Amino acid sequence: MIETRGLTKTFGPRTALAGVDLSVDAREFVALVGPNGAGKTTLLRILANLARPTSGSVQIGGLDLAAPSEAARRQIGFLSHRTLLYNDLTAEQNLRFYAQMYDIDPASPRIRRVLERVGLGLRKGDLVQTFSRGMRQRLSVARAVLHEPQVLLLDEPYTGLDPQAVDMVRSLLTELTGAGSTVLLTTHRLGHALTAGQRILVLHHGRVVYDRPGDRVDAASFSATYRTLTQ
Amino acid sequence: MKRDKDNQRPTNDLIGLLLAGASGVLIITALGMVFLYAPRELTMGDVQRIFYFHVASAWVGFFGFFVTFLAGVVYLTEGGRRWDILGLSSVEVGLTFIIMTVVTGMLWARPVWGTYWTWEPRLTISAVQLLIYVAYAMLRGSIEGAEREARFAAVYGIVAFVTVPLSWFAIRWWRTIHPDILTGGEGMAVTPRMIQTLIVSILAFTALYGTLLRQRIRLECSRDRFTRLRLQLERKLSAY
Amino acid sequence: MDYVRKVAAIIEKDIAAELHTREMISAMLVFSALATLIFSFALDLRGELAEAAAPGVLWSTIAFAGTLGLSRSMAREKETGCIDGLLLAPVDRTAIFFGKAVGNLLFMSVVEVALLPLFSVLFDVGLMRARILVVLVLGTVGYAAVGTLLAAIAVNTRAREVMLPVLLLPLAVPVLIAAVRATGALLEGAALSQAAGWIRILVVYDLVIVAVSLLTFGYVVEE
Repeated sequence: MIETRGLTKTFGPRTALAGVDLSVDAREFVALVGPNGAGKTTLLRILANLARPTSGSVQIGGLDLAAPSEAARRQIGFLSHRTLLYNDLTAEQNLRFYAQMYDIDPASPRIRRVLERVGLGLRKGDLVQTFSRGMRQRLSVARAVLHEPQVLLLDEPYTGLDPQAVDMVRSLLTELTGAGSTVLLTTHRLGHALTAGQRILVLHHGRVVYDRPGDRVDAASFSATYRTLTQ
Repeated sequence: MKRDKDNQRPTNDLIGLLLAGASGVLIITALGMVFLYAPRELTMGDVQRIFYFHVASAWVGFFGFFVTFLAGVVYLTEGGRRWDILGLSSVEVGLTFIIMTVVTGMLWARPVWGTYWTWEPRLTISAVQLLIYVAYAMLRGSIEGAEREARFAAVYGIVAFVTVPLSWFAIRWWRTIHPDILTGGEGMAVTPRMIQTLIVSILAFTALYGTLLRQRIRLECSRDRFTRLRLQLERKLSAY
Repeated sequence: MDYVRKVAAIIEKDIAAELHTREMISAMLVFSALATLIFSFALDLRGELAEAAAPGVLWSTIAFAGTLGLSRSMAREKETGCIDGLLLAPVDRTAIFFGKAVGNLLFMSVVEVALLPLFSVLFDVGLMRARILVVLVLGTVGYAAVGTLLAAIAVNTRAREVMLPVLLLPLAVPVLIAAVRATGALLEGAALSQAAGWIRILVVYDLVIVAVSLLTFGYVVEE
């Protein structure tokens, strides 16, 4: 579902991604870890078609992202560390707006369903301004999955969430991979990566330095391995 | 456009020297023509000679803007740092000439019309262009990230330039309907010698623009080279 | 038709947000009233002087109040990264431009509609005429269009909203001159045809600026 070849991104003289070759199949649940500045956010933004790579190619669901394509964007769901929510609108208004942007009938029950799924059913008529950080994050997750994307790109999705909310979101994501979606999330918390990911990738200085299926990763020694890799 | 291998020392700039030489010759010729060849104007006297510099710098100011516009278009459609460099260099040099236009306009206005400022069309449009140039420079200084800076500057250069002809017509029309009691129209008797002098002045200033532009471009390329070298060095050092 | 529906959704969204807080419109209205008062005091506008100055004061006020609305409208998108949300969606970038620009046009129009009776009373001029509305619309369209494009740029600078008037006003010179002259001519009783020259400038400006904005907006919002 996600294919990148020789992906590089430079910001003037600074190199954020130095050649990333990635291949993620459908239904995979990938956790991408790396220290700050490793290039995780840059990579995710390129995969989400929010930024253009300096060189290399990206394909999502077989569609090349270089050719601006509405079909490609429809497949992608993105969660950033910014909420992408309008503070001056209610939760429901936010989702209805995004529904319209994705050609979903705003009257569809999907909106209510997804709100309930993230535990915000009762707060749908409240302004996002009044929400706590955790609630905003949950609503943001709702926004990301609303259009049932085949590829979900999540940048630090568990930030600001209490343990119950983390579980809620994790089960939602697992549900989605079960239903056929592909999930790629980034996190700087190794613990989250180990419990969540079927596959663990480590990014350092703009390169993938570690790539192993989750069940072959030894949880105990992983943090030592990680430290060595990201020296 | 100077093209040398990325990190070599700058080569001797033959073209730059030629441009500087040509500018020198043309400017001296123009000065000669302005003060010796062109006739003394009937109504305004010797003060009128500023006119040649005023119009020549006005033309170059506008031309510099046009170059930035083109550079912006090419940058957006094709990309390439050198187009960005051309755009920003042309603005800096053009800004100099526009300031010259406004100052010479004011110097001319004072003895002739008794006031430093008139809303005469050319002076007014030069003031507007001056403000646009300044806005462009401020914009460039206010953006984080070289790629973004280049992109936004290119867009602004394009949109801004497009409004200049429209401003010109609006101002012209405004001044035609409501002429300044002081200036009336352009009451200047024009002879062939004056036109010749004007053309040479314009050529001289254009050559000067070219010379300054080239130097500014080289300066920016040197800066880029310096940054690249410094980063390479930093990377090597951090590997230890 | 999807395109139009998405443009409409963006406009609706901006109106809904404004309805909840009302902060932008009220700021623009209060600012306009204050600006008008200050102009009146500073220039000692009475009698004939007031009538002659009315078009200029009106459009100056609209221009400045406009920058408030334009900045705020874009800032709302940038605050929580919502512009990314728009870019992620299968929405044409020009649709985003139209949505924001028409929204800005509407907000400015609301303020203008409130200003007209105020001016008519304070300056004793007959501004409530259909012909003047034509000029108002034409002028505001151009201003809002270029303003939307430049606000998208300004909001990404270090100086943020402060940058917008610097960028916008020199580019708005044709609109301001033409709109003020046209309004003045119409106030003196001229028919629309007599102010045709000025109106032509406004129309050309609007067409050119909308075209250029559409072509370049994508480059501004996309990385």
